[in-house]
Amino acid sequence: MDIKDIIKPENIVYQKTKLFTEKPLSYCPGCGHGTAHRMLLEVLEEMNIQDKTVGIAPVGCSVLAYEFLDIDMQQAAHGRAPAVATAVKRLMPDKFVFTYQGDGDLAAIGTAETIHACNRGENFTMIFINNGIYGMTGGQMAPTTLPGMRASTCPFGRDTEIMGNPLKITELLAQLPGVYYVTRQAVHTPNAVRKTKKALRIAFENQKLKKGISFVEIVSNCNSGWKMTPNQSNKWMEDNMFPFYPLGDIKVPQLEKV
Amino acid sequence: MGELKLMKGNEAVAEAAIRAGADGYFGYPITPQSEIMEYLMTEKPYETTGMVVLQAESEVAAINMVYGGAACGRMVMTSSSSPGISLKMEGISYLAGAELPAVIVNVVRGGPGLGTIQPSQSDYFQATKGGGHGDYRMYVLAPASVQEMSDFVKIGFEMAFKYLNPVMILSDGAIGQMMEKVVLFDPIPRRTPEEIEKQCPWATTGKNANRKHNVITSLLLDSHEQEQHVFKLRDKYERMQKEDVKFEKIQCDDAEFLFVAYGSSARICQKAVDIARAQGIKVGLFRPITLFPFPSEELLKLSSQIKGILSVEMSLGQMIEDIKLAVECKIPVNHFGRTGGVIHSPGEVFEALKSTYLGG
Amino acid sequence: MTEEIIIAGFGGQGVLSMGKILAYSGIMQNQEVSWMPSYGPEMRGGTANVTVILSDEMISSPIVNEFDTAIILNQQSMDKFEKTVKPGGILVYDPNGITRHPTRKDITIYSIDATDEANRMGNVKIFNMIVLGGYLKIKPVILIENIIKGLEKSLPKRHHGLIPENKNGVMRGMEIVKQN
Ligand SMILES: Cc1ncc(C[n+]2csc(CCOP(=O)(O)OP(=O)(O)O)c2C)c(N)n1
Ligand code: SF4
Repeated sequence: MDIKDIIKPENIVYQKTKLFTEKPLSYCPGCGHGTAHRMLLEVLEEMNIQDKTVGIAPVGCSVLAYEFLDIDMQQAAHGRAPAVATAVKRLMPDKFVFTYQGDGDLAAIGTAETIHACNRGENFTMIFINNGIYGMTGGQMAPTTLPGMRASTCPFGRDTEIMGNPLKITELLAQLPGVYYVTRQAVHTPNAVRKTKKALRIAFENQKLKKGISFVEIVSNCNSGWKMTPNQSNKWMEDNMFPFYPLGDIKVPQLEKV
Repeated sequence: MGELKLMKGNEAVAEAAIRAGADGYFGYPITPQSEIMEYLMTEKPYETTGMVVLQAESEVAAINMVYGGAACGRMVMTSSSSPGISLKMEGISYLAGAELPAVIVNVVRGGPGLGTIQPSQSDYFQATKGGGHGDYRMYVLAPASVQEMSDFVKIGFEMAFKYLNPVMILSDGAIGQMMEKVVLFDPIPRRTPEEIEKQCPWATTGKNANRKHNVITSLLLDSHEQEQHVFKLRDKYERMQKEDVKFEKIQCDDAEFLFVAYGSSARICQKAVDIARAQGIKVGLFRPITLFPFPSEELLKLSSQIKGILSVEMSLGQMIEDIKLAVECKIPVNHFGRTGGVIHSPGEVFEALKSTYLGG
Repeated sequence: MTEEIIIAGFGGQGVLSMGKILAYSGIMQNQEVSWMPSYGPEMRGGTANVTVILSDEMISSPIVNEFDTAIILNQQSMDKFEKTVKPGGILVYDPNGITRHPTRKDITIYSIDATDEANRMGNVKIFNMIVLGGYLKIKPVILIENIIKGLEKSLPKRHHGLIPENKNGVMRGMEIVKQN
């Protein structure tokens, strides 16, 4: 049998989402970024808003997201995506705007931008990939690194006396009146993926209501930075990350009475 | 003799900071210099010398931590690479304005923008011409070896406190990442709080009955006062020019042509000199070690015997402007260099010299 | 004596650490050394290379464009570095996974089945030491006892138990390297 005999429409069980470009993903095999990308793109495809969407990816492993997502994208300086997105959305209120940020980006260098965009109640979607580490620069401590967890700038484990506690930025942001919808999800199992997709759908639909930020945290693995195999990293994430960053909705708008 | 080690340039910076008796390091990860903080966090000087090491939430935060520490008379430093140094520029301007001592290490990578993480020398203008806003300069040291990465941390602190001015160590990804032998200087104990108060009577260490309150500021609303302040800064920069210019001359005595290069380019040129000399071409290398103050006088003296200068930099040509000013346009000065993170090879540099001055 | 070496292969093959052991060993015999790695995302599953220079004199440039020796461990590196060997220099490679073999006539080419040998010896981690042994057999620039001292310096103490195995790898490499 030749490969051409196998690749036939009737044999397809799984294929690339339309809104992916032809570029192979550059993420480490096993990394959650790829799945998160796919769920985002499926939502945009189903909502049929490719032509109305502008994405902003700042620095982090996903800095090259614009190579993979076949939508209009801006690359922002490290931490500044919420400021960039603010202007994009205000200048083009009918567009769907999102940021796609890592924990270092959203909760360390960009904390000010994050908090103030949320506090102003900007009408865009923030997607927050929390892998508890700086993936791109080779595994340094992130604001979300767990107590005792090792990283290259806390080689003996995060000592909270010296380095401070992990920042539950998501819970913090949920306090702000400008923030409309907050949820925390994951992408390591089919079930988790389905829930993430649903959350992303809500987060984008919400933009039509103009009620403020919709915030989707995705707790994800960084098997390279954690120095584990993909399977080990998913297990470690379930055992350690989820107890500290429990999955589920954190702020859900009261349904308006009809 | 001190301890002999094989180390990366970045590690040498970190080790030297501990040995120099630094009080604090504040940083934010960025390639190609993250080993500096990684090394410090592994060595844990806070348990030995008491040096504080902190990962800040951004470069903006880190340079402002440095500002706070320096304002207390402490020996503090930060390090970053090009995009992060751009973020620090506001803080550096404040340090210069408030006349505070600090050491800032830039392990340069190719730009503009996010650019590349590969080595470059394209931040020369930013480092030597001010970089942030206002009338000010940094004292800029350009190490060309791992040994100098270590030595210049110590010299950097000395200069920072001598002039009460920010000092930049302008390195690059190649020097930061490579390993060489280094002889580490013997550790110097950190100053006691009493020693600090004595050395830095201006520092905000807590007002006592014996003195007026100390204020650290760069704000002078009266423009005449501000002008006087800037004149005072100028006098300082002129003193640097008189007292603390540093350079190295290699095979310059009988040279007819000259490479002028700093940092890793100087190392590459050194090999190009060997290649040229082997073919009977009399070339020398002039290596500015301080980029500000620039060794203009020495270069002008040398230029009377020289037929042409090739400024070799990993950039489109930035230092060449200082060279031209130094030699007062009396002899031809040309540029050669790869940029964007590409490193020129000794062979390429030699060919460039030939095609520029020897008809190919 | 100055020996300029490029070692190139995949990240994870121990390219950088082989270079480090050479550099440390050079120090053990009072030589000047430099170790200049490729760095950054290049290393994630991609290619990695390191330039090591050993010399009796001060090393001018740690960055060079031609080499006395190229040690090549994957196809990309073969394509990139075969042409950078100085005429009269040597190229050592592991044929495993190589589809376009070196063709130059003005250099001496050696091959070493280090991948297979490491598997046979039941320890894939000594792959790079086998290669190192092969190289040292051809060019005895470093004495074997200095390699052991270099290993002691470059390995953290907790891994010193592995030194005998590494030495075995070096010895085996010396036996199996052959001129093409
Ligand atoms: C001003 C500035 N500082 C530092 C960097 C270096 N840098 C690039 S990505 C990154 C951390 C990214 O971590 P995170 O946001 O958690 O994303 P991840 O890589 O884990 O996906 C850093 C510090 C930079 N590009 N710009
Ligand atoms: S370094 Fe971590 S976050 Fe980055 S692509 Fe690899 S696994 Fe993913």
